[in-house]
Amino acid sequence: MKEIIRTLTTGERQAALAIAICVTVIGLTMAALGNGDPFGIHGYVVMAYGLVATIFLIRCYNLPPSNVDRAGSYYDEPIKVAVVFSLAWAVVGMLFGLWAALQLAWPSLSFDLPWSSFGRIRPDHTTGVIFGFGGNALIGTSFYVVQRSSRARMPDQVAPLFVVLGYNLFCVLGATGYLMGVTKSKEYAEPEWYAGLWLVTVWIVYLIIYLRTLARRKEPHIYVANWYYLAFIVIVAILYVVNNLAVPISFTRAKSYSLFGGVQDAMTEWWYGHNAVAFFLTAGFLGMLYYFMPKRAGRPIYSYRISIISFWGITFFYIWVGSHHLHYTALPEWVQILGMSFSLMLLVPSWASAGNALMTLNGAWDKVRDDATLRFMMVAAVFYGLTTFEGSFMAIRPVNSLSHYTDWTIAHVHAGSLGWVAMITFGSLYAMVPWVWKKPSMYSPRLVEVHFWCALSGAVIYVLAMWNSGILQGLMWRTYNEHGTLAYSFVDSVVAMHPYYIARALGGLIFLIGVLVCCYNVFKTVRTPVDAFGPARRKVEDALGPVPLPRPASSPLPRPAE
Amino acid sequence: MTNLYAMLAIFAKAYGLFIFIGLSVAVIAYAYWPANRERFRKAAKAVLDEGEEDKPWR
Repeated sequence: MKEIIRTLTTGERQAALAIAICVTVIGLTMAALGNGDPFGIHGYVVMAYGLVATIFLIRCYNLPPSNVDRAGSYYDEPIKVAVVFSLAWAVVGMLFGLWAALQLAWPSLSFDLPWSSFGRIRPDHTTGVIFGFGGNALIGTSFYVVQRSSRARMPDQVAPLFVVLGYNLFCVLGATGYLMGVTKSKEYAEPEWYAGLWLVTVWIVYLIIYLRTLARRKEPHIYVANWYYLAFIVIVAILYVVNNLAVPISFTRAKSYSLFGGVQDAMTEWWYGHNAVAFFLTAGFLGMLYYFMPKRAGRPIYSYRISIISFWGITFFYIWVGSHHLHYTALPEWVQILGMSFSLMLLVPSWASAGNALMTLNGAWDKVRDDATLRFMMVAAVFYGLTTFEGSFMAIRPVNSLSHYTDWTIAHVHAGSLGWVAMITFGSLYAMVPWVWKKPSMYSPRLVEVHFWCALSGAVIYVLAMWNSGILQGLMWRTYNEHGTLAYSFVDSVVAMHPYYIARALGGLIFLIGVLVCCYNVFKTVRTPVDAFGPARRKVEDALGPVPLPRPASSPLPRPAE
Repeated sequence: MTNLYAMLAIFAKAYGLFIFIGLSVAVIAYAYWPANRERFRKAAKAVLDEGEEDKPWR
């Protein structure tokens, strides 16, 4: 952390300090005004967050600045912070997920406490993995990709740090709020109004940094990965603001009421909710795919044109599909049909992207075999293809009548999140971590291999368990006996789920073990001095040929000449 | 309110189709425009060739 402060000039340290003090004062004000309400407790959380930053900045204020050649290097410090936060949230989020899964198998594991009930820890799981793990990975990789592909340094030193740290404050407010029962009850948009306002502030700064970096680019054409990241930043902002329009009951209370009611509220929520899947969990991660996969494979994208066509396809089609979450409800039927047809059409750009990724690897399958990092990306593309097909299929109304409200949806979501989002993230992190920390490779390629097989087997066990459970549930709920009444009671279906719920928890546990292995490997990579990377550890990298790698002058790496 | 709903529904149902057809034609034309071929080829190669140095261009 001290290294980060050392890269800042005196003026920048003052600006950072001013921001930290402002945050502390805001927290203090919230704590004073919201006395006796969760709003006040969140005030203390904000204040503590600001105070830690303030004290740290004051203590490091007089550190001599490191003589970084700003014009001649990229700004990687905020990327490092984001990577650390991302992995920390992955562990927290997946622990909550595992706990929630165990509660479904053995409900007494909620210990009959309010804060540990399923309804409160489940949003901690979703926020932890989507916003904590995924969001930090997106911010970190986007800062990497925009600088490298534009060949331009970020224009500012404080703002990117503000974005990463501010974004994590939002995640902390969300996660701690749910445990106190503070929630808007909107899926993936649970944090209350004040956390939302803070997120919008952070997000605008993020967009400005991104655009300013792009403005300094070398080539007039903007590389396609940046289009996906920009779509992620811009559209998530629009979605979030519209869905979270709400009136707080008081400016000193946490509770607020949505501006929308009834079916309009449901439609707005799922317009947001599905586009969170589209632009948070797909567009940004496709940005990762389109940068890190060609880079790691050492081959350009198979078809740049297809990447452009699928970009616009995904952008224009996804916006309309939210209503497929509301089949057979009070929503006008034509809107349901609209959502269904656009979901089906979406298969075209989705498979174009997945196919484009796999065709990029065509000719580099030997590398996929030898290099677990590249294999992570390959499996991600396969899961992306599978999940988008499944998604389009489930959006068809008669199919949805079987799948909706069952665990099939959970299987689908986790095929997407464990199989696609997490896999492409791990692949990108394993590629990027040695690059930003200027190391020849990951500490242990063998542990990357271990993580790969944990991740794959965990995801497959999880998804298969939920597919079985979901279809069984759906069928049990609609089986009639000879008298024309339902053959099974709801409780019968709950009992039938039990073995699958245990299998699901097992799959999640294996996946989590893989993440812990990843954390250890990243930690060791960061901590191990460059010279200590033995020849054995370089074997995988050597087999890959010239991986584009920022090589510090002090580490002469033997590489096969090409 | 009913009128607004009816108006929006008619607009979405009738003109939406043409807007989307127009957009897809524009996107495909852009992607396959012969003059853009070289630019896209260069862009696809550019990420692989960011220089040995790993530093900004100016």
